[in-house]
Amino acid sequence: MSGVEIRGTLVIDGERCKGCELCIPACPPAVLRMSEARNGSGYAYPELLPGCTGCGACLMVCPDFCFEVYRYDEPIVLEGGTP
Amino acid sequence: MSDDLRVIQTDSPPAEGACRTQGFGSPLQLSEEHDLCPGCGEPVALRAILDAVETLDLAQRAIGVVGIGCYTALTSLIDLDLIQALHGRAPSVATGAKRMRPDSLLFTLQGDGDMVNEGLQEVIHAAARGENVTCILLNNGVFGETGGHMTATTVLGQRTKNSLEGRDAAYHGHPILIADLLSRLGGAGYVARASVHDAPGVARARRYLERAFESQMKGEGFSFVEILTMCPTGWFVPTAEGPGYLDDVLAPIHQLGELKRDGALVEPD
Ligand SMILES: Cc1ncc(C[n+]2csc(CCOP(=O)(O)OP(=O)(O)O)c2C)c(N)n1
Ligand code: SF4
Ligand code: SF4
Ligand code: SF4
Ligand SMILES: [Mg+2]
Repeated sequence: MSGVEIRGTLVIDGERCKGCELCIPACPPAVLRMSEARNGSGYAYPELLPGCTGCGACLMVCPDFCFEVYRYDEPIVLEGGTP
Repeated sequence: MSDDLRVIQTDSPPAEGACRTQGFGSPLQLSEEHDLCPGCGEPVALRAILDAVETLDLAQRAIGVVGIGCYTALTSLIDLDLIQALHGRAPSVATGAKRMRPDSLLFTLQGDGDMVNEGLQEVIHAAARGENVTCILLNNGVFGETGGHMTATTVLGQRTKNSLEGRDAAYHGHPILIADLLSRLGGAGYVARASVHDAPGVARARRYLERAFESQMKGEGFSFVEILTMCPTGWFVPTAEGPGYLDDVLAPIHQLGELKRDGALVEPD
């Protein structure tokens, strides 16, 4: 059974997000999705699922500077296959 | 917060074993807070500009001359020396500043209404004179700040506040393709058109900006980078459809790519 490799991760400022959804299709491995919950301004915001590569594409397209990108020194492998 | 177990905790940085590769904003930003609309392309373009200045290590020499439009509200975020110009006049202000401080990196930040309507002669004459400055156009095809009316760059068929049935050539005239026009002038050394509608587009915008700034620092004459930016509010489209609208409606007319490099026209491939 193959695991999910996680090479990077994010800090997401969900409070500053304006819910435009530009980050969702920008993510090459498609590991971002919009929340069910709303932030203080009433907007849905992105949530991160396993599989981030730390590529920074979400950060590049976000008009509201909501992402901080990290890269792991060693990739983490989550067993259990793609959720 | 979702109770879905697959959702990764992103409220704080990873405890260990990871390094931060990029911060929320550019290191040349004083703040990340602004009041532009959801899905607006202008803050994305601003970051690309600041990233280019930072990459070339030109922050201490940079002077920006800013026009009037929605993007003007972003000036409070920028940790560079800035001059506020009158509507459309930024190329002339930049000309004066560059002549007094020839070692500086001089760039303008203008909208399509500002540059191509209100101050068209300014940018044309600056280019024709071969002024050693970089003019940057944020082109969204509308007077965004004053309510989304048609500009000189609005493409045929585009719906705006005063072209609700779409821009009609017989009634409204034809759009001005400003990068194409400027590329024909002898004083222009570098001319390119980019966009911020997806991540590869943003990377390309950054590359073109770096080439324009390098061209200026080498003294090669006028340089110009047009950046197509989303204005979902002015285009009457949902924010998530802004990038597709830019690609389908604006980019086929205002075509992306380099038009002039090292003073020579680039043939489209
Ligand atoms: C001399 C003058 N005329 C008109 C205005 C009003 N005005 C402010 S912003 C603006 C529209 C700018 O549109 P654009 O340059 O396309 O920038 P955008 O808001 O779309 O980014 C206008 C007409 C002004 N401030 N000064
Ligand atoms: S850094 Fe890349 S892989 Fe990770 S969430 Fe952002 S776009 Fe997706
Ligand atoms: S691109 Fe930025 S502002 Fe838009 S939904 Fe994603 S995080 Fe929020
Ligand atoms: S009106 Fe258009 S250009 Fe102005 S902030 Fe809103 S989306 Fe951006
Ligand atoms: Mg405009």
